[in-house]
Amino acid sequence: MTGFDASAVVGHWEVALPGLIVAITACLVMVADLFMTGPDREGLAAVGVAGLAAAIGAALVLWFGGAALSGFGDTLRADRYALFFTVLVCAGGVLSVFMSVDFLRQHALPAGEYYTLLLLSTAGMVFLAAANDLIVLFLALEIMSVAVYVLAGLLRRETRSNEAAVKYFLLGAFATGFLLYGIAFFYGATGSTRLDVIAMKLGHEGVSGFVLLGMAFLLVGFGFKVALVPFHVWMPDVYEGAPTAVTAFMAVGVKAAAFAAFARVFLAALVGVAASWTGILWALAALTMTAGNVLALSQRNVKRMLAYSSIAHAGYALVGVVAAPATGGVSGGGALLFYLVAYTFMNLGAFGVVMALGRRGEPNEDLADLAGVGFRYPVLGLSMAVFMLSLAGIPPTAGFAGKLYLFSAAVDAGYVGLAVIGVLNSLVSVYYYFGVLMQMYMVEGARPVDAPSSRPYLLTTILVAVVATVFLGVFPASTMELARVSFLSLR
Amino acid sequence: MLLSFIVFSPLVGALMLALLPRAEVAGIRRAALAFALVPFAFSLLVLAGFHSIAEFQFPERGAWIPAWGVEYRLGVDGVSLFLVLLTTFLTPVVVLASWGDIQKRVKEFFALLLVLETGVLGTLLATDMLLFYVFWEVMLVPMYFLIGVWGGPRRVYAAIKFVLFTLVGSLLMLVAILYCAWQVKTQTGSLGFSYEQFLGLRLAPREQLYLFAAFALAFAIKVPLFPLHTWLPDAHVEAPTGGSVILAGVLLKMGTYGFLRFALPLFPNAVGVAAPLVVALAVTGIVYGALVATVQPDLKKLVAYSSVSHLGFVMLGLFALSPVAAAGSLYQMLSHGLSTGALFLLVGMIYERRHTREIAAFGGLWSVMPLYAACFLVAMLASVGLPGLNGFVGEFLILCGSFGRWRFATVVATSGVVLGALYLLWMYQRVIFGPVVHEENARLADLSGREVAVLAPVLALCVLMGLFPTPFLSRMQPSLDRILTRVERQAALVASSASR
Repeated sequence: MTGFDASAVVGHWEVALPGLIVAITACLVMVADLFMTGPDREGLAAVGVAGLAAAIGAALVLWFGGAALSGFGDTLRADRYALFFTVLVCAGGVLSVFMSVDFLRQHALPAGEYYTLLLLSTAGMVFLAAANDLIVLFLALEIMSVAVYVLAGLLRRETRSNEAAVKYFLLGAFATGFLLYGIAFFYGATGSTRLDVIAMKLGHEGVSGFVLLGMAFLLVGFGFKVALVPFHVWMPDVYEGAPTAVTAFMAVGVKAAAFAAFARVFLAALVGVAASWTGILWALAALTMTAGNVLALSQRNVKRMLAYSSIAHAGYALVGVVAAPATGGVSGGGALLFYLVAYTFMNLGAFGVVMALGRRGEPNEDLADLAGVGFRYPVLGLSMAVFMLSLAGIPPTAGFAGKLYLFSAAVDAGYVGLAVIGVLNSLVSVYYYFGVLMQMYMVEGARPVDAPSSRPYLLTTILVAVVATVFLGVFPASTMELARVSFLSLR
Repeated sequence: MLLSFIVFSPLVGALMLALLPRAEVAGIRRAALAFALVPFAFSLLVLAGFHSIAEFQFPERGAWIPAWGVEYRLGVDGVSLFLVLLTTFLTPVVVLASWGDIQKRVKEFFALLLVLETGVLGTLLATDMLLFYVFWEVMLVPMYFLIGVWGGPRRVYAAIKFVLFTLVGSLLMLVAILYCAWQVKTQTGSLGFSYEQFLGLRLAPREQLYLFAAFALAFAIKVPLFPLHTWLPDAHVEAPTGGSVILAGVLLKMGTYGFLRFALPLFPNAVGVAAPLVVALAVTGIVYGALVATVQPDLKKLVAYSSVSHLGFVMLGLFALSPVAAAGSLYQMLSHGLSTGALFLLVGMIYERRHTREIAAFGGLWSVMPLYAACFLVAMLASVGLPGLNGFVGEFLILCGSFGRWRFATVVATSGVVLGALYLLWMYQRVIFGPVVHEENARLADLSGREVAVLAPVLALCVLMGLFPTPFLSRMQPSLDRILTRVERQAALVASSASR
C-alpha cells in the first residue's frame, strides 16, 4: 500500500516516459518546422520516426524491467498490457510516417503540421493504453481525437475532406460527451474514477441501476471510437474523405488504442460484473460483424469498402472481449491483442496499396480503377492480394491466425453460436475481398499509375506489411504468447 | 523429411519460376515440367519404402503453435499413398498438356499450378487437424485464379462460385475442429489438434451428429454430392484444360478423402444416422449425373456431369462400410482421376484445334485423326468401366460390397453403369464415327509428339490398373480395415448401450 505523501503520489514517473517522448518529439517537430524550408522538411519525418523509435525503446526497457509499475497516484500504469499497445501504436505510427513522406510531397501538404499532429495523436494513444483512471483516459482520448479531427480535414481544398473533418468532429464530440457522462455516473456510484477502485467497489456492492446507466454511456462512447454498429455511421464518410495516409493511420492506430482502453475498462474494472454486459456485447459483436460485411458488399469505392470492412473487423475483435471473462481472460484477451496486431499490418498495407495507385487529382479509388493492376504492377498486385486474403481470413496469413484465435476463444467460452456467426461473416466478406482480386487480375484495364519504385518509402512500408502479414500467419506462436502474457498483466 | 520434400518442393519450384524472366516462355515451360517432376520422384521413393501396414509411415513431427498443441505433423498411410502419387503424377502431365493451351501469362499459370499441388499434397499428408485445415484452404486461392484468369467467357462467375461454395462448408468445419480441440482439452487437460487425439475423443451421439454435419458439408460440396454439385459444371466448363484435369483428377478426391479419413472414423455414431441420407443422395447423383450428361451438347459439360455420376459411386461405396466397397471406392477415386483426366485432356486437344466443344460440330474424326480416336477410345472405355480397364475394378468392388447393406440403392446405382455406357458410347459415336460432315474437320492434324507424351502415361496406367489391381489394393487394405473396424466397433458399442 502506498501512503499519501507527495512523492508517493507521483510514484514511478517513468510510466509516462514513452508517451512523454512522443509528445516532446511532436513539439520538436513543430519548432523545427519553423527553421526548415522546401525539401528539407522531409527531415521532419526522420525526427518523427526517431522519436517513435525512442518511445518503443523506452517501452521495451520498462517491459524487461520486470515489475508492472504505476505512477501519478496509480492513474497511469506501465503494465505489459499498456506496453504491448505502446509498441503497437508506435510501430503503426512509424509505418504511417513512412507511408506519408511521398504522399505529402505528392499532395503538397504541410509536413510540419502533419507530423506534429500525427505524433500528438500517437502520444494520446500511448497514454490511452496506459490510463488506469477514467479521467486520464478521457484526456488521452481527447488528445488523440482532436489531432485526428484536424488531420482528417487536411486537404483543405477538397470538399469531402472538409466534410469528413466536420462530421468526425461533431459526432466525436457528441460521443465523448456520452463518455464523460458515463464517467460521472461511475464516480457517483463508486466515489472514484480509478479502475481498480471501481472494480473493488463493484465487487462489494454489486451492480446498481446507476452503474448500469454509466456502463451504457461508456459503451456508447467507446462504441463510437471503435465504430461498433449502430455507432458507425460517421465512419465510411470520414474514411473516404480523409487523405488516405490519415485514413490508414486512423484505421489502425485510433482503433487499436480505443480498443485498448475499451478492453481495459471492461476487462479490468468491470470484469467482476461481466454477467451484466456480456449479453449486450455479444449482440453488438454479431450485429457489427454482420452489418459491416453486408454493407461492404455493395461499395464501389475501395476506401469506403475498407471502411465497412474495418467496421466488420471491430466486430470480430469484440468477440475477444466477449469471450474474455468466461475464459479467465486468457484466450479471449490474448485473441483480442493478437488480432489487433494482425489487423494493424494487413489494413495499413491495404491502404498503402490504395495510396500507391493514386495520383494527384486522380485518386483512383474506385474498384474499377483497379482493373488490370495485378499483372501490370506485380509487386503492388501481389501485396494487395496478400492483404485481401488476410482480411478475408484465408490461411496462411495473419488474418487467419487472428480469426482462429478469436473464434477458438469464443468456442472455449461456450459461445459456439458467436463463432458460427463469425465464420459465416467471413464467408460474406470473401465476396468483396475476392472482388478486389477479381478486378486486379481478371479484368483488363490500362489505367496508368506512377511506378511504385518512384515512391520508395511507400513501397518499403507495403513490403514490411506483407512480410509481417505472412510471418504472423505462418509462425503465429511467439506473437500469440506475447499477446497472452500481456493480457495477463491486466489486473 | 521425405514427406516435407514432397509437400514443399512444388512451392519452392513456384518461387523459383517467379524469378525467371517473363519473356523466356519456352524456358519457363521446361522449368515448370522439371519442377513438377521433382515431387513425383520423391513420391516414388515413398512408394518404394512403403509397407502394407495400417499405421502412418514416414512420420514427421515439429512444434508449430505449442501453446495450443498444434503441431506440424505429416504421415502417409494406405489411404493417402496412392492419392499422393496420383497428384504428383497428374501435375507434370498437366504441365506438359498446358504447353500448348496456355499462351498468355505462362509463368503465373505454372507457378499457381505448383502452389496448388503443395496445397493438395499437404491436405493429403497432414495428420494434424489444423495443419490439414490450413492446406485445405490453401488449395482454394490458386484454383480461384486458374479458373478466373485463364478460363472461358464466364470464368469470373465460375471462379467466385467455386470459392463461395467451397468456403461455406470449410468454415463450418473449422468451427467443428475448434470444438473438438476444446473437447480434447476438457478430456485430457490440454488443447490438442492431432488426428490421433481427435480419434480418442469420447463424444455424445448428439455432439457427433452436429460435428459430422459440419465436416460432411465441407466434404460433400467438394465431392460434389447431389444437390451441392452446381458449382462443378460451371467451374469445369470455364476452367482451362489443365485446371479441369486437376479439378476432376485431384481436387474432387479431397472431398471423398475427407469422408474416408475424417468424417467416418471421427464420428462413427453419426455415420449410422446419416448413412441412409448420404446413400440416397449418392444414388440420386449417379442417375441424375448420367441423365444430364446424356443430353449435353457440349463435350466438356458431358464429362463434367459424368464426374457427378462417378463420384456418386465412390460415396455409395464409402457409406456401405464394408472393406470390399471401401477398397472399391478408393480404387474408383484413382481410376476416375486418370480416366476423367484423360477425357478432359482429349477434349482440350480437340478444342485447341477447332475452338469449339459442341458435339454436333464434329463427326468422322476416326478417318482424320486415327491416333486421337484410338486414345479417345481407351479413355472413354476406361470411364465406362469396361473389364480390363481401371474403371471396372472400382465400380465392380463398390457394387459387390454395397449390395449387402444397401440392396435397393445398389440396384439403382447399377443402372448408372448402364447409363454411363449409353452417354459415353453415344458421344463417342457422334464425335468419332460417321462421315466427316464439317469441312473444317477434314484437315485437322493428328496428335503431336508432345500430346502423345501427355496421353500415353495416363492411358498406360489405366490399362495397368485394370489388369493388375492387386499391388494397389494390398497396400490400401490394412489402413482401410483399421478405419472400418473403428466405425463398426463404435457403432456396435452404441447399439449395445442403447439396448441396455
